[in-house]
Amino acid sequence: MKSAEPAALDAFEAALTLGDVKGRSPWEDAWHRLLKNRAAVISALLMGMMILVVIFGPMLSPWDLDYTDWDHTNSPPSLANGHWFGTDAVGRDILVRTLQGGRISLLVGVVATLVSLLIGVTYGAIAGYYGGVTDRIMMRLVDIIYALPFMFFVILLMVVFGRHIVLIFVAIGAVNWLDMARIVRGQTLGLKRMEYVEAARACGVENRDIIRRHIVPNLLGVVMVYVTLTIPQVILVESFLSFLGLGVQEPMSSWGALVNDGAQDMESAPWTLVFPAAMLTITLYCFNYIGDGLRDALDPKDRL
Amino acid sequence: MRQQSLLRHAGQRLLGVLPTLLLLITVVFFLMRIAPGGPFDSEKALPPDIQANLEAKYHLDEPLLQQYFRYLGQILVLDFGPSFQYKDWTVNELIAQGFPVSLTIGGFAMLLGFLVGVTVGVLSALRQNTAADYATMGFAMLGVSIPNFVVAPVLILLFAVYAGWLPAGGWDGGWRSAVLPVITLALPVIAYIARLMRGSMIEMLHSNFIRTARAKGLPEWHVILRHALKPALLPVISYMGPATAALITGSVVIERIFAIPGLGSYFVQGALNRDYTLVMGVVIFYGFLIIMLNFIVDMLYSILNPKIRYEER
Repeated sequence: MKSAEPAALDAFEAALTLGDVKGRSPWEDAWHRLLKNRAAVISALLMGMMILVVIFGPMLSPWDLDYTDWDHTNSPPSLANGHWFGTDAVGRDILVRTLQGGRISLLVGVVATLVSLLIGVTYGAIAGYYGGVTDRIMMRLVDIIYALPFMFFVILLMVVFGRHIVLIFVAIGAVNWLDMARIVRGQTLGLKRMEYVEAARACGVENRDIIRRHIVPNLLGVVMVYVTLTIPQVILVESFLSFLGLGVQEPMSSWGALVNDGAQDMESAPWTLVFPAAMLTITLYCFNYIGDGLRDALDPKDRL
Repeated sequence: MRQQSLLRHAGQRLLGVLPTLLLLITVVFFLMRIAPGGPFDSEKALPPDIQANLEAKYHLDEPLLQQYFRYLGQILVLDFGPSFQYKDWTVNELIAQGFPVSLTIGGFAMLLGFLVGVTVGVLSALRQNTAADYATMGFAMLGVSIPNFVVAPVLILLFAVYAGWLPAGGWDGGWRSAVLPVITLALPVIAYIARLMRGSMIEMLHSNFIRTARAKGLPEWHVILRHALKPALLPVISYMGPATAALITGSVVIERIFAIPGLGSYFVQGALNRDYTLVMGVVIFYGFLIIMLNFIVDMLYSILNPKIRYEER
C-alpha cells in the first residue's frame, strides 16, 4: 500500500471543505461503468428502438394483422407493393405479423418475468430473513422443485388448462421463480445482519415492515441484473411453446409461432422464416448483453 | 475415512431424491385429474353405458385417492398404463419405441458438445483477449442466444435444400440422417461449455500451483493437460446435469423439425391430443432420468473435488 502524497492529500482536503469534490453514490458508479460497456449500451439502444417499433409499427402500417392480400400471395420482400418483408402463402403481411408477434413475445417476456419476480423475491426474502427451520423447509422445497423437468411442466400446464395467453404468463412465471428465490435468499442472509436492520428491529419495527422497507429495496441491484437475464429466457420458452403449437393461437402470433410457420414454407418463401427469426435472435442477443453489462456494473466484487 | 463419508453422502443424497420423485408423480397425477374435460370427450357424445364401460376399464370411476394409489403402485413396477390415443399401445411400448432413437441423438450431441466445448474453451483461454478469443466468444454468445428451432431450419435450408448433402429429415438409423439433428442439438451445449471452460481455465492458469509447475520447468503442454485441465473441468462436470435437461427439452423440438420418431415427437403429439397417460408417463420418465443424472453428476463431482466437505451439504 502506498500512502498518498501529503501535498495531494492537503489539496484534496481543501477541495472537500470548499465543496468542489462531489461524492458519488454507488448507483452513479454503476451507471458510469455501464456506460463504458459498449456492447451493453448498443444493445440497450437497439432494444429501446425495438420496443418503440413493435408498439407503434402496427398502428402505422397500412395492412391489418390478418388482412389477406390476394393480389400478392407469397410475395418476396418488395418496396413496390408495400410488403417490405414480403407476404406469406395466404397474402398476410410479414412485417405487420412480425411486429405484432414481437408485441406478444416481449409482453410475455416482461409479464412472466414480473410474475416470477413477485413470487421469487417474496419467497426468498421471507426464507432468508426468518432463517432457521423456516428457511430450511422453504429452500428444501425449492431444491425439490428445481430437480423437476421445467419445460415439461409448462407444457403440462398448457395441456391441462388450455392454451390461453394469460395462462402462458402464469405458467412460465410460476415455474421460473426458483432461481430468483435462491439469489434473493442469499442476499437477504447478508443484509439482515446489517446495522440498520438491527436498528430497525431495536426500534420495534415489525418483521413484515423490515422486509418491505429495509430488505427488499436493497435487493434492487441483484434483482435488476437477474430480471434482464430472465426476460430472454422467458421469451425463449414462449417461442418454444408457440413453435410446438402449444402457445398463442391464431390469429394472434408470436415470434415462435411465426418461425414455425416460416420453417414450413422456407423452401418456397425463405423470407417468412428469416425476418421473425432475426428479430427474435437480435432480441435475445441484446438482452443477454444488457444483463452481462448490468452484472459487471453492479457486481461489487469487480470494484478493485 | 474418505470413502466412508463419501458413501454416507451418497446415501443422504439418495434419500433426498425420493421426495422429489414422489412430488413429481403426485403433481403430475393431480394436474391431469383437475384438467377440465375427460380424455374421451369428443364431438359426439358417447352412449352412457359405453362411457361407463370405458371409465371402468381405465379405473376412472374409482374415488380419486384410490386412483392415485393405484397409479403410484403401477409406477413402482414401472407400468405407465395404456395410451389413451394410440389404441393398442401401452405407454411403456411407446417409450421403448421412441427412447432409443432420442438417446442415440442426445448421447452423440452430449459427446460432441463436451469434446468441442472443452477444446474451444481451453484454446480460447490460452489466447485470452486476442482477436481469436473475442471471435470465439462472440460465436459462443450467439450459440447461447439463438434458439435451436431457428438454427435447425437454417441448417436444413443450407445443407439439405441448397447443397443437397444431407437428408432434410426422417430417420433411417444411418449416420447421414443423424448429422444435422446432432449438430443442432449440440450447438448450445458447445457454446455454454466453451464459455464455462474458458472462465475456469483462465482462473486456473493464474493460480499458484500452475506458477509452481511452470517454475519447475515443465513443458507448457504438460502444465496445461496434466495440471490445469482437471480442476478446470469441475464446473463443466456440474453443468452436465442441467445440460442433460436442456438436451432432453431440445430433443422435443429437434425431433419435430427433423421428423424423427423419438420420444419427444410422441410427447408433443400426446400434448396436442390430450393423451393424458402418455404425457404423464413421459414427464415422469424424463423427470426420473434428469433426477438420477443429477445425482450421478453430483457424486462424480464429489469424487473429483477433494475440497468438498460432505457434512455441510
